[in-house]
Amino acid sequence: MTNLQSPISNPTLRPDLQAVADLILPKSRVLDLGCGDGALLAHLVRHKRVLGRGVELSEAGVLACVRRGLSVRQGNLQEGLADYPDGSFDFVILSQTIPFLNEPGTIIQEMLRVGKQAIVTFPNWGYWRYRLHLLVNGRFPQATDYPPHWQSDRRWQAFTITDFTEFCQTFKIAVRQRVYLVGERPLKQSWGENWWAQTAVFALEKQTNK
Amino acid sequence: MAFPANSIGLVQPQQFTFAQEEPFRLESGATLSPVTLAYETYGKLNADRSNAILIVHALSGSGHAAGYHAGDDKPGWWDDCIGPGKAFDSNRFFIICSNVLGSCYGSSGPATVDPDSSEPYGLRFPVVTIGDMVRAQAQLVAHLGIEQLLCVAGGSMGGMQVLEWAAHHPTKLKAAIPLATTARHSPMLIALSEVGRQAIYADPNWNNGAYYTATQKPDAGLAVARMVGHITYLSEESMHQKFGRRLQTRERYGFDFQSEFAVESYLKYNGNNFTRRFDANSYLYVTKAMDYFDLSEETGSLAAAFAHSGHLKFLVVSFTSDWLYPSYHSKELVGALTAVNADISYLDIQSSWGHDAFLLEVDTMTKLIASFLERLAREEEVALPVISNQ
Repeated sequence: MTNLQSPISNPTLRPDLQAVADLILPKSRVLDLGCGDGALLAHLVRHKRVLGRGVELSEAGVLACVRRGLSVRQGNLQEGLADYPDGSFDFVILSQTIPFLNEPGTIIQEMLRVGKQAIVTFPNWGYWRYRLHLLVNGRFPQATDYPPHWQSDRRWQAFTITDFTEFCQTFKIAVRQRVYLVGERPLKQSWGENWWAQTAVFALEKQTNK
Repeated sequence: MAFPANSIGLVQPQQFTFAQEEPFRLESGATLSPVTLAYETYGKLNADRSNAILIVHALSGSGHAAGYHAGDDKPGWWDDCIGPGKAFDSNRFFIICSNVLGSCYGSSGPATVDPDSSEPYGLRFPVVTIGDMVRAQAQLVAHLGIEQLLCVAGGSMGGMQVLEWAAHHPTKLKAAIPLATTARHSPMLIALSEVGRQAIYADPNWNNGAYYTATQKPDAGLAVARMVGHITYLSEESMHQKFGRRLQTRERYGFDFQSEFAVESYLKYNGNNFTRRFDANSYLYVTKAMDYFDLSEETGSLAAAFAHSGHLKFLVVSFTSDWLYPSYHSKELVGALTAVNADISYLDIQSSWGHDAFLLEVDTMTKLIASFLERLAREEEVALPVISNQ
């Protein structure tokens, strides 16, 4: 006989996911785009009592999520977002996926239509080690979790914190909070993030005209 | 006979008759009196009657979903998924399955004797809809003392009934599992239904539906209808795998018109077999009910049809090789349910089995359904039934 259990949650979240989790308010409504096996969503449901929903492309991912007791639908992000009415969520999360998207700007604006806040994480290609690697070796650096073979892997795009900040300004997106990580630790200094930070976590909002 | 260890074992068909005094009013405006539903139940109802799950069947199904009838060596049609420790766990849930109105497995249908004439109804049986089938089930559920079902689940035409429950009786259930189905029968589906019906009409033994006392029944027509059906339940890939271009008994082509390809024998066998277990008139009525099914017709859009279903939890499943109810039907449904803020899990399962996949992909289905029901039971605080240890 099966027992009644809470969603299975991994006690040690990946550091960038933990940084995202820290930005989520308890009992809020959360949509996780590209939620994978549901590790973050299960953590949020269990520890923050959020109303969690996920969208995931892979069958294995959706199956893992349903097995964890999560409410997740299969689909791509465009499909996933278009069906939701405006303001359906407090937070819409997109972690480590932006570099793989076609027209990421459109997706981010859709996230801000569907949610009050959009939380995005991405690798910062302005990180000094990456810059130095390209300068010294003349080869493109390898970021954690990113496809190593340019000729055969999924296509993706490199950009930096400065690029992203500029995008937010151009499209009148307010940056409500930012968290930077170096490896697994938060960045200590509050300056030169485009040089020092390896991973960026941004909480975005629509800019209100005052 | 000895039953497999995880089987429900011997089950007893039951009957519920209602509308003896006040006739049952159908969507067409016609009435029916009395109405009988044949049904079975598995497992036990818990103290607060909150663990009931209604299973709804497809075109040729019956109320015999699981376990064995006395003397049978084959279990009910969804025995793979219903039983102790299975996807629908009979140790935890009280499971009901009834034969649909218009069918021929004990529920009122064209083969039923009309009390006014003391002869089988035949075509005088009123045309029923998916909505009518579901309202009849609702009477049965009330009769069993259940105010609200925990879940309604089914595939294909069963899925249509699930969606009908969700759209038109949203307060009477908490969750819905529509599998390999559609909220709107497409022109292609209507066309395929009509080919089957025409095959029956064309059989001289059909005699406008008045064949119940004749020695010859419209078996040839019904067999062709079933053969067309069987083609639509497979996929090109599964036909390649199952039959290829193999010849059934011959070494080389016979250059005649005996059935020689393996796929021909398969269709012929299944067509003929079907005539022994199904009534041709019921085939007409049940396919007609499916053709009339369009949840968006009344409201203009699918999202509007589910306007009052936003509180329900859904597990929607489609199969990549199902060309009868292609995945985009389910995606459209998921879109509409998302728009009304329902709690939805959706998966398009990679499978080569075509429409039949909903009965064949047992492992994946078990994982999905069991996990979904487990969450549902936890969130709705559904207590286990008391099992007496006698």
